[in-house]
Amino acid sequence: MSLFTEAFMTALLVGAIAAGIPLLLAGLGEQLSEKAGVLNIGIEGMMLSGAYFGFLIAWKTDSALLGFLGGIGGGMIVAALMALLCVRLGLNQIVIGIALTLGAEGATALLHHVQFSQSYPRLSAPMVFSIPGLSQIPVLGTAFFSREPIVYLSLALVGVFAYLYRRTYWGIALQAAGDKPAALDSAGVNVMLIRSGAVLLTGGLVGLGGAFMAIVGAGIFVPFMTSGQGFIGIVLAMLARGQPIWVLGGAILFGACLSLTTALQVAGVDIPTDVIQMLPFAAVMLVLVFLGRKANLPSALGAAYVRGAR
Amino acid sequence: MTASVSSTAKSGEIPTTKRAEDRGEATKERLLTLLLSVGPLIAALLIASLILVLMGVDPLAYYGYIVKRGLLSPTGLQATLTGMGPMLLIAASLIVAFRAGIWNLGGDAQFLLGAVFVAASAPLLVQIMPVWAMLIISLAIGATIGAIWSIVPALLRAYQGVNEIITTMMMTFLGISFANVLVKLLFLDPATTVPQTRTLAVEDRLPRLFDTTVSSGVLIGLAAILIVHFIMARTSFGLKLRIVGANARAAIHAGLPVSALTVAVFAMSAGLSGLSGATAILGQYGNVRADWNPAYSLTIVPLVFLARFNGFATIAYVFFFSMLSIGSESAARRMGVPNYFTLVTMAVLLILLGITEMLDKRRRDRKGI
Repeated sequence: MSLFTEAFMTALLVGAIAAGIPLLLAGLGEQLSEKAGVLNIGIEGMMLSGAYFGFLIAWKTDSALLGFLGGIGGGMIVAALMALLCVRLGLNQIVIGIALTLGAEGATALLHHVQFSQSYPRLSAPMVFSIPGLSQIPVLGTAFFSREPIVYLSLALVGVFAYLYRRTYWGIALQAAGDKPAALDSAGVNVMLIRSGAVLLTGGLVGLGGAFMAIVGAGIFVPFMTSGQGFIGIVLAMLARGQPIWVLGGAILFGACLSLTTALQVAGVDIPTDVIQMLPFAAVMLVLVFLGRKANLPSALGAAYVRGAR
Repeated sequence: MTASVSSTAKSGEIPTTKRAEDRGEATKERLLTLLLSVGPLIAALLIASLILVLMGVDPLAYYGYIVKRGLLSPTGLQATLTGMGPMLLIAASLIVAFRAGIWNLGGDAQFLLGAVFVAASAPLLVQIMPVWAMLIISLAIGATIGAIWSIVPALLRAYQGVNEIITTMMMTFLGISFANVLVKLLFLDPATTVPQTRTLAVEDRLPRLFDTTVSSGVLIGLAAILIVHFIMARTSFGLKLRIVGANARAAIHAGLPVSALTVAVFAMSAGLSGLSGATAILGQYGNVRADWNPAYSLTIVPLVFLARFNGFATIAYVFFFSMLSIGSESAARRMGVPNYFTLVTMAVLLILLGITEMLDKRRRDRKGI
């Protein structure tokens, strides 16, 4: 078929990775929180905060690396609030999650209004690091092996988390904090510490995803730019049933659908954006209809842990 | 109430003095309740004022303006009341679902699709039937479309145990794009160049109350939330739903038809969201423009939680929220404070309300009541 030319496939895969990395980081972050028993509805806000601070620092220092660190920090600020309110004080996770998302949306839009609404500065494209040899492969080379270093790092995180969850003490403790926090407490492990740590790390991951959107994806910060991608991350984490590799699969599927419009334009096919945007969600619904299985969520998910309470 | 009952029961021999003490206790309790509901509001406004000062805006002037435009001016109050109609219906939709332990987070698409189908059909229906018949049929259309959009999540949850947070969110994203496709391609008003549906003429909309501009949609909203509150709190059907919500496994052992009840909850909840969309079109907007999505559902979720799924408390919160959005919209135009500021105020308020509720709960736990 003439549609599947090299240019089309390259545009599709390049776009799939670019759109998929923020989703991957959001999904991995949410998965981490959920394993620890915190239903983190606030990741949309963490992502937006990461996008704003990532952009701000990258623009001030003219360094993409510092920008990514700023994004991690921006996500962690919101996550620290979440850890304080939901883990330490045990407030309702859904109320606080939505409150933090609303607050981050409002605060970043206000800051943008004060600082950038006149000038709309743009970042220069970050440096690309081509892996010698592999980057010469047609289509796949451009999409996977000739990218910004942050892309390699994000993909490597999938393996790192899979290892941590399966093979380490920390991974087991995390799982226990979500399934049976009282048992973990009896075993002498500080549940609050494990859960707070997980939420903070989630903030860092998701904030990095937001910074990726602003620095690599758009090169600019726009209010509300995450446009529900944090929520897609929540869905990815729930569909992945605790497996990081499935988050990656889902992120690439969603990323491909998001980039399909651009790729089709490259191929000269004109389909309304809205129709294309329906594809990934329709695909997931179809999968659920035919393979509908339980989501396998941790049993203490969403419940604050109070010592000694029954 | 519970405080006086338990303490008199414990010390039955000296009821007269005890009763007087109890009365003092009850007044104190009532004052405290008032403080607990007003305190966080004042604290939130103080924190938000600090932010305003940092932005170089006089907070007193800003909030004064919001109260003046959202509450004290006749047009503002009328807009606030009209805005409450769809929000109350969304709140009713969430209360039904949450009390039954079902996380219907798909309200935005159920609302939007209800609105789109009503906006597409109402201007055509009114040409072949009297206005009152058109209004009733349109409300039914909105509710039906909303309910239809939840069928797949409902069946998957009821018979396959698939988590409804995932499925309703998927259906929301799917539905928002689908609504845009419908507006841009199928239900396009041939008379305009902007992508939007046909517009329902002002005189064909829901009747206004008395001599005001308040749409009777607010009555539909109030009725819905009171009916929902009554059903959930006072009927056996509501009790069944609450049992399913509290412990689905126990409900199966008690012989309740959990799957059928789950489907019924989805139908009611999504139907109310769709009805909300219909009310917004028939009472306020008259048409749907491309990319329009007020996303009420997500903002109402925390309000409903803070009201502890209580219908009356929800009405108060929704009134406050509607006033704040109407007032800040005009404040944005007049004082140059962007509308985003409302989001910050809301976030601070929600967090403080959450903290107050926790402190109150700890106090009660200490007193053992």
